[in-house]
This record gives sequence, structure tokens and C-alpha cells, in this order.
Amino acid sequence: MATLTYRDALNQALREEMLRDDRVFLMGEEVAQYDGAYKVSRGLLKEFGPRRVVDTPIAELGFTGIGVGAAMVGLRPIIEMMTWNFALLAIDQIVNSAAKMRYMSGGQIGMPIVFRGPGGAALQLAAQHSQAFESWYAHIPGLKVVAPATPADAKGLLKASIRDDNPVVFIEGEMLYNLKGEVPEDDHVVPIGVADIKRAGKDVTIICHSKTVGPALKAAEALAAEGIDAEVIDLRSIRPLDTETILNSVGKTNRCVVAEEGWAFAGVGAQVVDTIQREAFDSLDAPILRVTGADVPMPYNKHLERAAKVDASKIQDAAKKVLYL
Amino acid sequence: MTTTAPGGKTRAVDQATQALHRGYLRQMLLIRRFEEKTGEAYSLGKIGGFCHLYIGQEAVAVGAMATLRPDDHVITAYREHGQALARGLSARSVMAELYGKATGSSGGKGGSMHIFDAAKGFLGGHGIVGSHIPLAAGVAFAHKYRGGDQVCLCFFGEAAANIGAFHETLNMAELWDLPVVFVIENNGYGMGTAVARAAAITNFADRGAAYGMASEQVDGQNVLTVREAFDRAVARARKQSKPTLLEIKTYRYVGHSMSDAAHGTYRSKEEVDQYRQKDPIAILEDLMRAAGYWDDARHQALDAEVMAEVADSVTFAEESPDPDPSALFRDVYAEEGHT
Ligand SMILES: Cc1ncc(C[n+]2csc(CCOP(=O)(O)OP(=O)(O)O)c2C)c(N)n1
Ligand SMILES: [Mg+2]
Repeated sequence: MATLTYRDALNQALREEMLRDDRVFLMGEEVAQYDGAYKVSRGLLKEFGPRRVVDTPIAELGFTGIGVGAAMVGLRPIIEMMTWNFALLAIDQIVNSAAKMRYMSGGQIGMPIVFRGPGGAALQLAAQHSQAFESWYAHIPGLKVVAPATPADAKGLLKASIRDDNPVVFIEGEMLYNLKGEVPEDDHVVPIGVADIKRAGKDVTIICHSKTVGPALKAAEALAAEGIDAEVIDLRSIRPLDTETILNSVGKTNRCVVAEEGWAFAGVGAQVVDTIQREAFDSLDAPILRVTGADVPMPYNKHLERAAKVDASKIQDAAKKVLYL
Repeated sequence: MTTTAPGGKTRAVDQATQALHRGYLRQMLLIRRFEEKTGEAYSLGKIGGFCHLYIGQEAVAVGAMATLRPDDHVITAYREHGQALARGLSARSVMAELYGKATGSSGGKGGSMHIFDAAKGFLGGHGIVGSHIPLAAGVAFAHKYRGGDQVCLCFFGEAAANIGAFHETLNMAELWDLPVVFVIENNGYGMGTAVARAAAITNFADRGAAYGMASEQVDGQNVLTVREAFDRAVARARKQSKPTLLEIKTYRYVGHSMSDAAHGTYRSKEEVDQYRQKDPIAILEDLMRAAGYWDDARHQALDAEVMAEVADSVTFAEESPDPDPSALFRDVYAEEGHT
């Protein structure tokens, strides 16, 4: 296995899938000559040329729609959002066009397309540039939503997303791009819809995804020092949701904390909690707690920002609460 | 056949041209009768939802589609029954879709606003104003990407030309030389809003200039004029891979949708009557009559033929089954997750 950054793992996935299938192309702002705003597409223009690595004007609605149109007739576009904040200008195309096309055409028109880019907060980017939108897209039947936390999952899930015949919203973590990890060589494909137990444990289940996986693992280490054995489940896919892995874990630990970067109201955790209370009510020994971003637009000031964000100690505290400690 | 035209000059219209004109007339008449029947069926509660009729605009769809090859693509908005018929979808499959039946062009899941036929290159039927304009550029992008010479026609109303997607798309289509024809069907109104109350520049063809795009304003009531304009635009797309913006001046004789009266709050009966004088079907028939290859008897025979076709489509729709309840959850996602 090679050690790669999350960024380079994504880059490898793009490159390998473009080599594998000529129908795959990358389109977005600054993806070609600039090598990507976050350098995820580094070297791809040089290798594949401007036919397949396409720089666009700043026109999210327009170029996202162009991707959707190309997918309607069988190409397999990868549309890069410079960040998911800007995808709000394109959400009409993702929700009204891409997610509906197969259904409203009675199954005649496929939609093999990936919308990808960084989501969530980085550091001190303030209110308009620090938002996690997983639950917005996960709400929509017809879309799949994926948010990897590690380099290996980033590569494997991006490859699976590109090969998927459905529209996939692929949310990366801006703060994860430099994260290093081992990535299997060869054709490493991680199936969509399968969660991963990042740490096995028996006392409490911590459910997380994307940028909250790191803090959750850190919290688990701190809990271990106090004699508490936490299980950390990385959802990896938000839709479809791997309810089986969630329910198996809660069936074993009887206690659960759900962490996510986004806001609490109608968030990913709300869906997870709903599933658990319905399917595993009798195995719960305590109410489920959620750890989420504060219910405010993100402030610029770094102390306020820290207070608004999920971190390991908040997850640790919640885990102890569900254990009545 | 040799005839004496109104100017007293003798001119010949060859058999092939006569057949072509008869074909256009048949398509326009079929759309007219189909839409009239649709209006009736709607009033009887057989058809639900939003339903927008094409009466008055028939020459646009017919003149446009006449220029296409089977492997070209068409994408359009919600006022699309006529375009679907002109593209060669059967009256049966369109009527059955309006009825929501399993035999409809989208299996009963699309309805009036979402008519699709992938095999005919008819890519819908879209209900968000202007949102399908970028999709057309994407289809054309795919044609070019694959090195083919197919063309994509994109129809939308003049009110859709005020939306951001229109401007973003025209910029990229010209920038990337995409083989697409953008067709503004300027029928004077977006719902109840007259053009002059919504557009700073009411001459929509002028908007092409903002993007360096070839554009033309066309009389949409004369199918032959429409056809010629599309010949030029489609050839530009096919041979030079360049987009064109066509503004087709037309008029709808009916309300915006089935819930809107033909005249009332935002336009007068006099105005509608005035435009009725420029009926696209009458214009072509007059021309054919003047050239001596059309008369009342032939009109009646043709009308009876299309009325029968429409009646058959209604019978078919009435007798077709509803979608199976299991269809509810089908086609949300691809059956095979991976390729
Ligand atoms: C984005 C959006 N806004 C509003 C509507 C509601 N609406 C449907 S049709 C229409 C008028 C559009 O007029 P035009 O584009 O000129 O087409 P026409 O109906 O005249 O064919 C409006 C406002 C919509 N479907 N989509
Ligand atoms: Mg209009």
C-alpha cells in the first residue's frame, strides 16, 4: 500500500477512471490550466487535454446543466464545484434536472454524473464559505450522497461514484485534502452505501462521517483512557444509508452519539436517530445525543468559530452523557 | 402542376414540394386537433395537473422538426405536445401520457410537462422555466465530444430568455462552438406578463449579439419561412459546429394553461382575434390554394383523417391501463448500480 494524501487519492481516482473510460470528463472552474482550486485535478489537463478537462466560466448553474445534458446522452461527466457553497447556484440542476430525469422520463433517460468538491468549513472563512450541505442533497430521492473521511475511502468511493449510473453528490473535506493515509494499489473501489467501522468497541457507538471522523476517533482514544470502549462508525455514504451497520452496532452497545459538521435541524443525524428509535428502540439504554455545528451562521473570529464547530471533546462529553457518567 | 399565382405569373410547383407542403399542413392540423381534444379531455377531468396548449404556434414546431435527422436531439419546455407530435411521437403515446397511463411516452410518470421519447431523440418536456437551456448545450457538448455531427434544438418561451440560465448557456455555447440551436418562441406573453413589461430589450434576437452569436428574427406563422430559418441554423450547427439564436415571432390563441382564459385580464379579445387572422394553418392553405393544389374537398378529407387519428389516440388512452402500483418506486435509481 502507498501512503497518499486525500487530495492525491482523489487525483488518482480521477486519472484512473479517465483512463478506463473515454466517456468520463472533468468540468469546472479552474480545473484545467490552474490544476484545480485545491489541486485535486493536478496534471490532468496535461495528460488528457482540453477535450476532457474543461475550464468553465464562473457559471455554476450553466455548466452544471451542461454536465447534466451531456449525461442525458450517455457521457459520464464529473462536475467540480469549487466549493459546495457555490453549488447553491446550481442546485436547481442537481435537484430539478439530475435527480428527476430517470423518473419523470419513465426510466428512459439515465443520469451517470458526479458532482464533487469540498464542503464544510475550513478556517476562518466566515458565514458564506463554511457550510455542510450533506442533508440538503440526502433529502432528495434520485441522488446518492457520499462523503469520505480517509484517503483510501476518497479514492475508492470516487471510483465507485464515477462508475455509478446515478447522480452522485460527492462531498470532500477541504480540511482533509492534506490528510495522509494508506491507499490500496490497483483498482480500489469502495461500494456506495456501506459504512465502515473505523474503530470497534462495545460500550458506546459514535456515528460520524467526513470531517467528524477524525475528532470521533480522537474522542474514542480519550474515552479509552477512561476505560470506555467506543465504537466509531463512519457512514461514508449518507444516501443510501447503511442502516444495518448502524443497528448492529447500537444493538451491541445500547448507547449512541451522532456527530456531524452541519446544523442540527433536519440534519443527517436526525435521520440516523429516527432509524434507530424505530428499528432498535428496545436496545437503547439512553436517549441518543447529537453533536452538531452550532445553530448559527459561521462567525469569522477564531474563538467564536471554534465554539461553533464539532470537536473531539464535545463528542467525548456526549459519549459520557449517554453512559450517564 | 402549373398554376397562375395572384400576380398573374405562371409558376410551377413540383410534386415533391406539394407533398412536402401537404405534410406540413397535416402535422399542423394534427397538432391543432390534438390540442383541441386535449382541452376537452382536460375539462372533463380526464387529464390533470398543469396543461399548456400549443394552439397558434404549430408552424414553429413543424417547420423546425422538418430540418432534423433521426439521430438529432430536441429538448423543450412544458408547452411541448405539439413539438412531440412534430418530432414523430405518436398521438397515442402523447395522449396516453396526458392521461397518465402506462402506455404513455413516459409511462404515465411525466404527464403533460414531461413527455420523453429517447428513441426519437426527444429529451423532454421540462417544467422549470429556462432550466433545460443548459441541458441542450450539454447534449450538443456530447455530440461534439464524440465527434458526431448531430444537432440539438432547444425550444423555450421568450420569458425564459430573461432567466440567468439562458445567458450563462449562450455564453458557453458560443465560447465552445456547440452545435445547438436556441429557439425562442416569442408568443408575446409569459403567463400574463406581456413582453414589454418583462424585458428591457424586447427584440430577443438582439441578445445574440451580447455573446457574438448568430441570430435571426423569424415570422413564426408561416411554416415555410420557419423551415428556411431552421435550415440555415441547423446547417450552421451541423457543418460549422456553431450555435444560433432564433427568435420566432408567434402567438398563442389560448390561455397560458388550462386554468387561464384566452383573453381577459392581460389581453383583449380584439388582440386575440387580430392574431387569429394570421393563423399558420390558414396561411399555408391559402398559399397552396392559390397555387392550385389545394381545395375544400382536400381540406375536408385531411381534416377527417387527423380527427380520426386524434379520436383513436383518445380511445387508446381511455382503454390503456394505469401504471402498475409497483411503478411508484421504479426508476428512482438505475436498477444496475454500476457499469
Ligand atoms: C423558474 C420558474 N419560475 C416560474 C414558473 C411558473 N411559470 C411557468 S410557465 C411561466 C411563463 C413562461 O413564459 P414563456 O417562457 O414565455 O413560455 P410560454 O408559456 O409563453 O410558452 C411561468 C412564470 C416556472 N415554471 N419556473
Ligand atoms: Mg411566452
